[in-house]
Parts: sequence; structure tokens; C-alpha cells
Amino acid sequence: LCPQWPYCRKRCSYCNFNTYVVPAVDEAAMRACLVREALTLLRLSQVHSVTSVFFGGGTPSLASPRTVGAVLEAVAGAAHLPAGAEVTLEANPSSTSTSRLSGFRAAGVNRLSIGVQSLDDAELRLLGREHTAEEARKAVEVAQGLFPGRTSIDLLFGLPGQSRDAWAQQLEAALGLCDDHISLYQLTLERGTVLAAQVWGGVLPAPPPDLLADMYQTAHTVLVAAGFRHYEVSNFARKGALSTHNLSYWQADQYIGVGPGAHGRFVPRGEGGCSREARVQTLEPVAWMREVQSQGHGTRSRVVLSPLEQLEELLTLGLRTDEGITHERWGHFSPELSLQDVFGVPGEAWALQQQGWLLLDGSGLRCTWAGLAVLDSLLPDLLWQLQRR
Amino acid sequence: QEKLDMSMYPVESIRNFSIIAHVDHGKSTLADRLLEITGTISKTDCNKQVLDKLQVERERGITVKAQSASLFYNHEGINYLLNLIDTPGHVDFSYEVSRSLSACQGVILVVDANEGIQAQTVANFYLAFEAQLSIIPVINKIDLKNADPERVEKQIEKLFDIPTDECIRISAKQGTNVEKVLQKVIEKIPPPQCNTADPLKALVFDSTFDHYRGVIANVALFGGEIEKGHKIVSAHTKKRYEVNEVGILTPNQQPTHKLYAGQVGYLIAGMKEVTEAQIGDTLFLYKQPVEPLPGFKSAKPMVFAGMYPIDQTEYNNLRSALERLTLNDSSVTVHRDSSLALGAGWRLGFLGLLHMEVFNQRLEQEYNMSVILTAPTVPYKAVLSSAKLIKEYGKDQITIINPAQFPDKLSVSEYLEPTVLGTIVTPHEYIGKIIALCQDRRAVQKDMLYIDENRVMLKYLFPLNEIVVDFYDVLKSLSSGYASFDYEDAGYQSADLIKMDILLNGNPVEELATIIHSDKAYTAGKLLCERLKEAIPRQLFEIAIQAAIGKKIIARETLKAYRKNVVAKCYGGDITRRMKLLKRQAEGKRLMRKIGNVEVPRDAFIRILKRETDK
Repeated sequence: LCPQWPYCRKRCSYCNFNTYVVPAVDEAAMRACLVREALTLLRLSQVHSVTSVFFGGGTPSLASPRTVGAVLEAVAGAAHLPAGAEVTLEANPSSTSTSRLSGFRAAGVNRLSIGVQSLDDAELRLLGREHTAEEARKAVEVAQGLFPGRTSIDLLFGLPGQSRDAWAQQLEAALGLCDDHISLYQLTLERGTVLAAQVWGGVLPAPPPDLLADMYQTAHTVLVAAGFRHYEVSNFARKGALSTHNLSYWQADQYIGVGPGAHGRFVPRGEGGCSREARVQTLEPVAWMREVQSQGHGTRSRVVLSPLEQLEELLTLGLRTDEGITHERWGHFSPELSLQDVFGVPGEAWALQQQGWLLLDGSGLRCTWAGLAVLDSLLPDLLWQLQRR
Repeated sequence: QEKLDMSMYPVESIRNFSIIAHVDHGKSTLADRLLEITGTISKTDCNKQVLDKLQVERERGITVKAQSASLFYNHEGINYLLNLIDTPGHVDFSYEVSRSLSACQGVILVVDANEGIQAQTVANFYLAFEAQLSIIPVINKIDLKNADPERVEKQIEKLFDIPTDECIRISAKQGTNVEKVLQKVIEKIPPPQCNTADPLKALVFDSTFDHYRGVIANVALFGGEIEKGHKIVSAHTKKRYEVNEVGILTPNQQPTHKLYAGQVGYLIAGMKEVTEAQIGDTLFLYKQPVEPLPGFKSAKPMVFAGMYPIDQTEYNNLRSALERLTLNDSSVTVHRDSSLALGAGWRLGFLGLLHMEVFNQRLEQEYNMSVILTAPTVPYKAVLSSAKLIKEYGKDQITIINPAQFPDKLSVSEYLEPTVLGTIVTPHEYIGKIIALCQDRRAVQKDMLYIDENRVMLKYLFPLNEIVVDFYDVLKSLSSGYASFDYEDAGYQSADLIKMDILLNGNPVEELATIIHSDKAYTAGKLLCERLKEAIPRQLFEIAIQAAIGKKIIARETLKAYRKNVVAKCYGGDITRRMKLLKRQAEGKRLMRKIGNVEVPRDAFIRILKRETDK
């Protein structure tokens, strides 16, 4: 289940998510609607067991523990929420006081993902973040105290003007600070954001592609040396602390998006559906609440995914992980054509294997480390090959 | 509708004249005023460029197709028939201008009171002068603040040897002194020297295609008379027709009983295509052939461009649009062509750059077609020395339009490139820069002359290909718009031409090969490599982009391989967007052209091949 809290206190300079900065939030109404929609969609999907919950947004740590608790209770009531299920909350360092985090833990959260983004104050200002590096450090410490082994930090690299050395230093600092899970994202300039305008307008320097490649390489080397497993393009975990929830995206499991702008992929068995659908909830909170209040859920669009489309998603997402796509998982979506049938014959995949980007063997289809870094150059070829078959 | 009786206008009462001028000096506005004064059209505020019927003419303020109008004017008790033949003002159409002039006995030469004599003023003057026409100089726009008619009169005297007191100062916009012009026309321009008793001899100086009525030929009668039912023959095609209708233009079609020698009008005779009524052709009566009028030539294209539909699915639409557009423009030559990169299309020949631009604009405006227009090329020639090739082509001199046809140096004794004689008129402060520009374009100075204290006229012999791409634009911007340019065909000259290939990782890209002068090869090659580097998407391996002449590499750029290309985040909300983009890219694979192992999208070719449009 993926509940969304679409509010922030301010918009960071690089963010283009569906989030809103409003003077006051009607928390009670939002809570009621989140609960209502969660119940409606759970019933619709006829899901028996919810394996993980991820509170995203926006800034979920701005919601009250009461809201978080209410949603979790509703889920537990409508379906089976196992005791050990991963329940993650995304948090901003500026709303992670001990008391607050304790509140969340009491409400049922057992994993915390903190948006640190950078451990350098100048960079944090560039990114438009609300906190300082020191505040971020403190937040991680507090979180680790409450969620030992289950705290993750997000970091960005490839900022305009960031040097190779600066990044290396950050990695060092991050290693000293972090728990057992790190998400490292290369900064992506999105149209409509302040930062993109600054870079494209020439006010800030654009990071050179080679530097970005180096930074990524360095990150991989350093983290792997420190015992982390690079299990997805941007995600590293040690001691087995992988994010169950995110893995379910990349394995193309079912997930239910709840809240404004949330995305979902499930089969609406409750209405007699038998095909996996791609669903999006209404983006704007006020409109969404109205719809939830009148119809029980605010689903803006739902599109049936054809078997080919489902396979395409599986391919695109699965190859992002180090394990790739297992034969078994593939077989679930493609009972007649195995990975071997599609990609084991002379063609694009064959050529990519020869060139050292891909591997197709007994366990499945996956990228080599080098291939992972250029996955988006491999995918069009593979999709084309899949489509032809 | 009552048919007019043209016999009321004996030859002595007829004046056939044209208005010639440099672009924007007020030719068409003067024509508007003349039409108003003679009552041919009513005087309203919306008479602007009445004779410019094409949308593109009205928008760009230029005359593309020559129109004529017959005006009736009473002067000192006599009814005169004044035939005004409007001419295209642009150099590309100098042939049309010359044919229109051959139907006249005099011209009104309009010069802007502020701008003074410009390149086309000179060019058009010479055309009229060589045709031995009477010239009435008119200085226009005297109402504007910076007008200096006295200075312009002196220029005219100095350059054209016409006494200053013969100039008439007018404002066509306001109508000032325009009537004087009409009177001068009657006084100074002689009536046509011809006889209705002679056999029919009609000059075709323009033709248009009408869907319902067929080809309408604009004619000037040099002898005889013509009416419905007459059987006529074209001197050029030798085909025979029967006349359905004759009439005059006022400026709309007005049928008459007959047309007589010395008169100007139109005829309709069952011709189906404008190519049957070519400009400069002579028409005569069946069984009464006459000496054809001199000066006829088939349209000779100066500039070629490839034209391709944006998408191959549009091919048929584009083909019918081209067919219809060329119905009315017999000077565009059309050959089918195909490009490995762009698919099936055409190679079109135009009289010049303006002709090409106007054609393209008409295609967009009148037929709603967007096309890919490739950079203009010129027709090179080669004098073959290889017996084998001579036999293959059937002659020893061939014209090369496509680089793929370029014969090797070993088989050729000489390469030739087309040249033009260009006239530049500029204020003297820009002389240095302009001379440098011309030298850069391999031009040879033929003349330099001060036309007054401030302005210079330069004549240079240019290789045509150095002009077709952007010479005019550069000239204008170098001189802040003050320099003017005109050119005429000057035949072919020997040239050190080579074929430059483009290689990607060693494999040649046929579509990008160009024929170029060896002096320019390096710069062009370097530029092309740089542009390709920007246009081709990065791939998983390094790409060497090279320009080569034969085996020798003359320029190189390297496109580095992708080391990182994977989107950072891909969670629930990102997936749909991601899939859309990836699937588009997968689709794009279908249209990729593979040169060796390098994938080049169609879009890259378009970016490189297409003509840079004006800013």
C-alpha cells in the first residue's frame, strides 16, 4: 500500500512531485479520506495480505502520528497486515524530533527514510532544503535510535558545481553516519523546477556527463567496499536491509496507491476485473477529497495493461535490480514465452551480452554492473525485440 | 456582359508600358494609384497592391507573377488605352521582366527618394535600356522625412545619363503628382509600331491556370488581330489550338470581341497545362507562320533543393500539392528523387532563392504542407575524359546534380561550376567588409564605381554556389541592411571541385556526401562534423565522425560513449512516464538508419540536411 501525504512546507528547487505548499491543512479531512480510500481500494483489489506500506509524498513526516496510525489500523482491519510487514515513513530532517518519531513508531511505523540529500550546507541551500547538515545528522541519529537497522538516508549527487572531491568527501561522511540502507540519486533536472531553469539558463553550470559517470562509479566502489550490496540502480543495503516495498515495484508486484496523485498497479477483482490496471488518483488534494467523499475513492484514471505492456514494465523495472528478472517471475507474466525464447535467440539481447552489458543464464536475465549504468540505452533495443516476438 | 469593342483604340492611342524598380521602392503602390486615377478601380482606402493577387505576394510585399491591367484615360480630348504590365521586382525573375518589357515601348523607373538607386534599379534599367525603351524616371516617397529627391536625381543623371529635369517627384502613397506620370507616359512613350493588317504575332508574357477555363495566356499583339474561333499555333511546342475567348484585364478579365495589334490582354484556347503557354513564346495563326519573337528561352533553374515530406505517409499529399502548384509556375523544374535518409521526394529547380522561398511559402499557405527542404545545391558540370563514361552518358559533358553522380577526377578533364555576375550597391563605409566577404566567397571583382559621394557599386563574378545559401543575409547584416544585391547568370567556369564524404566509424554516409570546391572543403567538413556530433545521439561506444576526400581525412569529431544513462528514480509514480518515453525510443529504433554499427535517427539527417531558414 502506498499512502501519499501531498503537502510540504516549501518546495525544494529541484522537485517536480505532486506536492502542495498550503498555509493550513485540514488534517482531519485528509485522514478520513485516506482511510476511506484505502478501505475502498483494498476491497476493490481483494488483496488478502499487505506485505508493506510506504508513506510517501510530499513530506509525510508533517502528518500527525494519529493520521499514520489511522491508516494502518484501517489496513489491518480490511486485510491482513502481518506483524513483521515493512512500514516505512519518509521524513524530512526538519520534522524528526524524538517525540514525533516516537509517535510514528507507536503508530506502527517500523522503518524510516530520511531525505538528507546532502551533508554540505551550501549544497543544501542550492537545493532549497529547509535544514542544515547538522540538523540532518541529528535526525539520522535520532532515527537510528528508534529504528535501528531500519533507517535509510537519501543523498543526491551531480549537483551543479559539485566536484569529484566534494562528492568523495560526502560519501565518507555519509558512511560514517548512515545505518544500513542508502539511496543515492543522480540529480535529474526536471522542466519547471527552479534549479533546472538556473542550469538551462546558464546561471549555474551543468554537470559534465563524464563527471557524473565517475561519481556513480566512485559511489559504487566505496559503498560496496563498505559492505553494501548495490541491489538497484540507486539503492544500496547491507546486512540484508533491502527495502521490501521498493522491491515490489521492480518485481512488478501489485501495489495500491492511496491519496492525491498516488499510482497503483492491481487487478480490481472486486468488480470482476481480471487484468492488471495502471491507476492514478486525482492529483489535486481538494478535488481528490471531494471525490473520495462522494465515491469512496478518487481514481482519476485507470488503464488496463495488456500482457505485452505488463511484460514491458517487468523488463524495464526488473533490469534495474542486481538480480534482474528471474525465469520464474517472467513466467508469471509470460507463461508461453520464456526469457530464453525471447532473448536467448540471435538478436539485440544476444549482441548486448556479447558486448558485456547483459547476462542471460540459469537464474534469469540481468545487467552486469556496467550494463546497469547504461540501462536506458539497452532498454529500447530490448523492448523492440520483445515487441517483435 | 457586354463585350468591349477594342477597335475604338487605334494603334496611335495605345501606350504599352511597365513599371520597374528595386524591391520596395513603390512599384505596386504606384500601380494602385494609376488604376484609381483612371477609374479602373474605385478609389477606396483598401487599394493596396491590387495587382498582387497571391497571398505570398501580399504578405511579403513583392510581386511574383506579372499581371497586367488595361487603363483608359482621356487626355486632351483623346481616349487612350494604356496597358500597364506589372513586373516581378526580383532578380530571380529577370527573365520574366525581360519578356514583359519586350511587350512594352516604355517604362516608368521608380526610385525611392531616400534609398536612391539600388542594385535592382540598375539591373532593371539596363534591361529596359537594352530593349531600347523610353524611360521615365520617377522619384517616389517624397512625403517621407528623409527624402532627398535632389540627390537621387543627380544619381540618376550620373549613372543613367538622364537629365534631372526629366524626373518626376511623386508620392504614390498620397497620390501626389501621379497624374503627371500618366501624362508623361502619353507624351514620352511612343505607340507600338505594328499593323493590324500583318499576320497575327502574339507574345506570351505570362500564363495562369484556371480550373474551369484552362490556361489563360497573357499576350501582347505585335501584329494582326485575334478573336474567338481563330486557330493558332505555338512556335515553341508547334501545337495547334482554337481560341475560345479573348479579352483585356482591368485588372479582372473582361472579354472583348477582338484584340488588335499593339494591344495587350489575354486569351483562352483550350490549353491544358501552363507548359503549353510558356513565357516568351510566340503565337501565330494556323497556316500563317511568322518569325518567332526573339529572346525566348526555357526556364533555366539556378538553384536546386530537395523536397521531402516530413513523413513518408504524406508523400501522396505532397505530390498532388506539387502538381497543382506547378500548374501555375512553369519555371519550376521537378524531378523525382530519393534519399536514403529522407525517403522518396523530389529535386526541384528554381530560378533563384526567392523563387524557392516563395514556392515553399505557397506550399505551406495554399496547400497546408510542411516539408523538409534540403540545402540548395547548384548544377555542376564535368567534361568527361573517360571513353567508357562518355559512351554511357551519350555525351562528353554532363550535368551533376546529385553527389552520387560525381565522376572521379581520373575520368574528368575539367569540372565546371555555374557563375553569376553580382551587382552590389552599398554605402561606402561598408566597402571593406563587403570586399572581404566577396573574397571569402571566391568572387573576382569586375568593377567598382562611385555612383555618388556616398555610395559605391561593386560588380563581382561569383560562383553560384557561394551565394545560394546565405550570401544575401550576410551581406545585409554586414551592412546593417543598406547594401543591395542583384545577380545574373554568367555561364560556367572551371573549378577545382571535389566530393566530400562523411564517415561514421569508417563507414560512409551516402546522404551527407557533398560536392564542394577544394578551397572550402576543410571549413565545410569541420562544420558538418560538428553539427553531426550534436545531432547524433550518444551510443554505447565511441563514434568517430570524419569528413574525407577520397582516402584523406580532413576533419574529425569524436562523440564519446555513454558511461551513464539510467534514470535515477523509478518508483510507483515514475513508471508510467518512463514506459512512455522508452516505448517511443523503441519505436524510434524502427526508423533508425544503421551506418555500420552506428544508429542514426531520421531526425539527425533532417537537422543536417535541411536548409537553414531565415531568422
